Amino acid sequence: MEKKDENISAMSTVAVGEAGRTGDWRDLKPVINHSKCIPTVKNKAACYLCWLYCPEGVIKTGIPVEIDMDYCKGCGICAEECPAKAISMVPEGDNDE
Amino acid sequence: MSKTIIMTGNTAAATAARLCRVQVIAAYPITPQTSVTETLSQYVESGELPAQYVRVESEHSAMTVCISASTVGARAFTSTSSHGLLYMHEQLHWAAGSRLPIVMCCVNRGVGAPWSIFNDQQDSIAQRDTGWIQLYCRNNQEIIDTVIQAYRIAEEVYAPVMVCYDGFVLSHTMMPVAVPQADMVDSYLSPYRPHTILSPDNVRNINPVMFAVLRKNSAGVLCDGYMEMRYKLQEALEKAREVIVEAGRKYSELTGRDYREMLWSYQDKDAEIILTGMGSIASEATVAVDMLREAGIKAGVVGIRVYRPFPRAEVQKALGKAKAIIVLEKDISYGYEGALCSDIKAALYGTAINAPLHNIVAGLGGRDVKASEICEAVKKSLAEMKGQESRFKTHWLNCRQ
Repeated sequence: MEKKDENISAMSTVAVGEAGRTGDWRDLKPVINHSKCIPTVKNKAACYLCWLYCPEGVIKTGIPVEIDMDYCKGCGICAEECPAKAISMVPEGDNDE
Repeated sequence: MSKTIIMTGNTAAATAARLCRVQVIAAYPITPQTSVTETLSQYVESGELPAQYVRVESEHSAMTVCISASTVGARAFTSTSSHGLLYMHEQLHWAAGSRLPIVMCCVNRGVGAPWSIFNDQQDSIAQRDTGWIQLYCRNNQEIIDTVIQAYRIAEEVYAPVMVCYDGFVLSHTMMPVAVPQADMVDSYLSPYRPHTILSPDNVRNINPVMFAVLRKNSAGVLCDGYMEMRYKLQEALEKAREVIVEAGRKYSELTGRDYREMLWSYQDKDAEIILTGMGSIASEATVAVDMLREAGIKAGVVGIRVYRPFPRAEVQKALGKAKAIIVLEKDISYGYEGALCSDIKAALYGTAINAPLHNIVAGLGGRDVKASEICEAVKKSLAEMKGQESRFKTHWLNCRQ
C-alpha cells in the first residue's frame, strides 16, 4: 500500500532529495573540461574551489571532480570561481559534454 | 464548589488562563485588553502561576512567541485588541497553518482610521479567514467558561481559538462570575500533546517552501502539497463543530451552565421574529425582546456563540420558523453588508426559509446600543418588510445619515 503523509502541517526532514530532484530547476549546466581542471592536471588533491563555493554541496572532491547533476541547480558559481576556467555553463539540452 | 466573585471580563479571562495552567504568555499592552495580561503578569510574579511571561516589542512578536512555544509543546496564551490584532494578522495565518492550539482573547475594539479605543467587532471579523476558530461571549461568566473550553477544543482540533468579547462593555464591567475550581479544570483539560514531537533524533524542518505540485520526499512518500495542507485545515475546522459541541456538553455537565449548543436562545420557542447577533449586542437584544413582547410582538433571540466554524445547520434549524429575521452586528464589510448577515443568508440559501431579513449595523466605535433603540429599529424594519422591495436591507442604527 502507498505510504500516506500523516503530517497535519508541512514538514520535511534533513535528507538528500527531501525536496525532490532540484536539478530539475536547472537552466544552464556546468560542464568540466578535465584537461584544464587542476586536480586532474596535477593528479593530486588540489584547488577544489568549486567544492568550497558550491552553495548546494553537490560537488565531490576527487580525481576527477564530479558534480551531482540530480541536485545541481545550475547557478554557475563553480564556473565563476574556477581559477583554471575549466568549467563552462552550457544550456540544458545541449549534448556537448 | 466553585466560588462566585464579582470581577471584570478581563479578570475573568486572566483567571481562566491561570486555571488552564498556561505555560507561556507573550503579550503587548493595548486598550482594552491590557488588564488581562497585566493581571497574568501579577500571577506570574507572585508565583501563583508558574509560567514564562515573555515581554515583547509588538503584537506580531507576541504571536510569534506563542507559535514557538506551542510548537515545542507549551500551552500558550495571549490577548490583544484592534490594531494589535491587525498587527498580528500574518502570524495568525502562521499559527493556524502550523496547526497550533494557541488560545487568544480578542477584546473587541473598533479599528482606525479614525482612532477609536471603544468597542465594536470589526477587529476580529477582519481576521475571520485566518483559519482560527472564533467564539463570542455575551457576559463575563461566558468569558471564563469559554477560555477553558477553548483549550480543550484547540488541543483536540489542533487549531488556534480566538475568544472574542466586547471591549469595555464586558472587559471593564464587573459582574458576578462563578470561578471553577482548579481540580475541575484539571480534570476537564488533558495535558497538551503537540502533533509533532521535536527532538534531535528526529530532525524536522517545519513549514518548508511548498510548490504547487506534490513532491516525493527522500523516503519516497508522496507528500501533501500546499493545497492539501489548506484542505486539511478546512476539514479540521469543519469537523471542529463536533468537538466544540462535545467540549460544551462535558463542560455543562461539570458546571451546570449550559454550553451544549453552538447557539444560545431566548424566548425563541414561539417567536415569529428572530433577532440574532454575537456577543453583548445579542445579550442586549434579549432586553429588547422583552419590550417587543410587551408590545405584543412575538420576538426571540438566537445568539451566535461559535462564528467559525459557522454553525450552518443549527442556524437553519433555529431560524426555520421565523417570519422575519433581524441580524444585529457591530461590524461592516464595506461595499456590501455586515459579515454575519452575509453568513446567515448563505446558510439559508437553498432551504425553504425565505423570511425577510434586515441587517442592523450598530454600535460602531462604542456608540451606545440601547435595548429601546433595538426595539424601535425592529418595529421599523417589520413595518418596512411588508413592502416587496424592502425585504432585505441594511440599516445603520443611531447614525446620522
